[in-house]
Amino acid sequence: MPDAPLHLMGGRHRQTGRVTFPYPGDGPGAEFDPVALPTRGTVWSYTIQRFRPKTPPYAGPEAFEPWALAYVELPGAVIVEARLVGVDLDAIRIGMAVELTRVALDPAAQDPFWLPAFCPEAAQ
Amino acid sequence: MSAATNVCIIGIGIHPFGRTDGVSGLDQGAHAVRAALADAGVAWGDVQFAYGGSDAAGNPDTMVDRLGLTGMQFINVRNGCATGGSALFSAQMAIRSGEFELGLAVGFDKHPRGAFNALPSEYNLPEWYGAAGYMVTTQFFAAKIMRYMHLYGISRRMLGLVAQKAFANGVHAPHAWRREEVALDTILNAPMVSDPFTKYMFCSPGEGGVALVLASEKKARELGIRPIHLAAATMRTRPPASFEVFAPSIEIGGGINTATRLAAAAAFEKAGIGPGEIDLAQLQDTEAGAEIMHMAENGFCADGDQEQWIAEGRTAIGGALPVNTDGGCLACGEPIGASGLRQVYENVVQLRGLGAGRQVPGAPRTAYSHVYGAPGVSAVTILHT
Repeated sequence: MPDAPLHLMGGRHRQTGRVTFPYPGDGPGAEFDPVALPTRGTVWSYTIQRFRPKTPPYAGPEAFEPWALAYVELPGAVIVEARLVGVDLDAIRIGMAVELTRVALDPAAQDPFWLPAFCPEAAQ
Repeated sequence: MSAATNVCIIGIGIHPFGRTDGVSGLDQGAHAVRAALADAGVAWGDVQFAYGGSDAAGNPDTMVDRLGLTGMQFINVRNGCATGGSALFSAQMAIRSGEFELGLAVGFDKHPRGAFNALPSEYNLPEWYGAAGYMVTTQFFAAKIMRYMHLYGISRRMLGLVAQKAFANGVHAPHAWRREEVALDTILNAPMVSDPFTKYMFCSPGEGGVALVLASEKKARELGIRPIHLAAATMRTRPPASFEVFAPSIEIGGGINTATRLAAAAAFEKAGIGPGEIDLAQLQDTEAGAEIMHMAENGFCADGDQEQWIAEGRTAIGGALPVNTDGGCLACGEPIGASGLRQVYENVVQLRGLGAGRQVPGAPRTAYSHVYGAPGVSAVTILHT
C-alpha cells in the first residue's frame, strides 16, 4: 500500500456544485475543480462479472476469475463505479458499508496497474 | 395540422434476424427494402428518399448499388441503439414537412459473436475504464435491475418469467432467431452471466434488416392503400442525474430520470393519448430486467407494480397489455441498426391482424415501440390503425 492515504479524485462543477468521477481534467473550457472524494460509503448496487471481457479494451490477465463490480455511494459527494474486494461474491448486499482500497488488475504482474476498489469496512 | 402532412406506414419488409452466414448486413437491408416495396406495391423508382441506419455493417447508402441508381436522396444515420428510431424520426419529418411524399426508413446490422466490445474513446471515457473491464453493457443492465429489485421488491422469478414469455412468443414469429420455448427452471438455473441474470436473460448481438415504406396520408390514399398511421416518433438523450450504460459515476439521488421517460412523455403528448389507450407494446428488452423497468419508465405501470402484472400474465399475448409480441430482443437478438425498426414492423403486423400464432386478440388499434441504449438514448413510436 502507498504511504499517503488513498483517495479518489472527483470534479466539482463550479456553477452547480455537482460532483462527478473521474475528475474531467483542467483542459480548455474546464468547468470542474478537483475534489478529493470521501473514502467511506455504502454499496448502492452491484453485479458479478462472470465472463472475461473482450480485449481490447480489457487489459486483465488471460486467466479469468469472476470479480465484483459495485456502485458505491460516497455520502455528500457522488456514487462511483469500482471493484468490490475482500468479500464473498454471494455475501454482497446493497447498503453494506465499505471503504476505499485498491486492487491490481493483474495480481501476478511485477509492476501492476492499480484500480480503485472498495472492501467491507471491517476487512481492511 | 392538415391531413396531407400526416404520415403513414404503407409497406414493411424484414430479413430474418439471427445468423445468416454469407449474406452481408447491407444485403440483409436491401432484402428488407425489396420486401417492403413489394408489400406496399410500389417500385424502387417511386422512392424519393431514404434514411438508413447501421452501427457496424457499413454505409447504408451504398445499397443504391443493389437497388438501382435513381439518383434519389439517401442519408445515413448512426445513433447507437436509437439508430433505427432516428432513421424513422427523420423519414417521417421529411414527409411531414411537405418536402417529400414517399420514402424509406431502413436499418440493418451484422455483429460478431459475443458481447459488444465498445471502446472508451468512442464514449468520451478514459482508457483505464476500458482496461479495467468496465466497457461491458451487461454490467450496467445487471447493476440497474439489482438496484431496482432492491427498491421495489421485484423477485428474481420475474426475470425468468419475462424470458420465458419472450421465447414462447418467438416460436410464432417467423423473423425471430430463437424459436423454441425454454422452461422457467432452465432459465432460472442456467449459468450466471452477470448477476442476477443467467444466460437466457440476455439478448445477443445478431444480424438482420428491416425496412418501412412511409408516405403522406394523401399519397397513401392515391395508392389505394389502407395505411397504418404514425401518430408519434420521438428520440431523446439523457437528462441530468440519470444512470446510463458506461457510467463511471452517478449523481447522488440519481437513477430515476431517464432518456426513456423523456421520449415516452413526448410521444404521448404528440399522439394525444395516454398509456392506458395503448393496446400492445414493444419495449426494449436487452435483458429481462429492462422490460420490467421499461414498463414503468414508459408510463404503463407504477414502479413495483410489475410483480403483480407479470404474475397475472398481463403482458402475455392475451393480457391487458401484451409486451414484446415477437419475443423482443431476447428472442430476435439485437442487430443495432435494425432493432428499433423491427419493433415497428411487428406493431404493423399486429395492427393488420396478421400475427397468426402470436396475434393479439380483439383487433388492436394502437401500438407502442421503445428502444434504449448507450450512452443514454431512447426512441419511441406510437402507431394507430
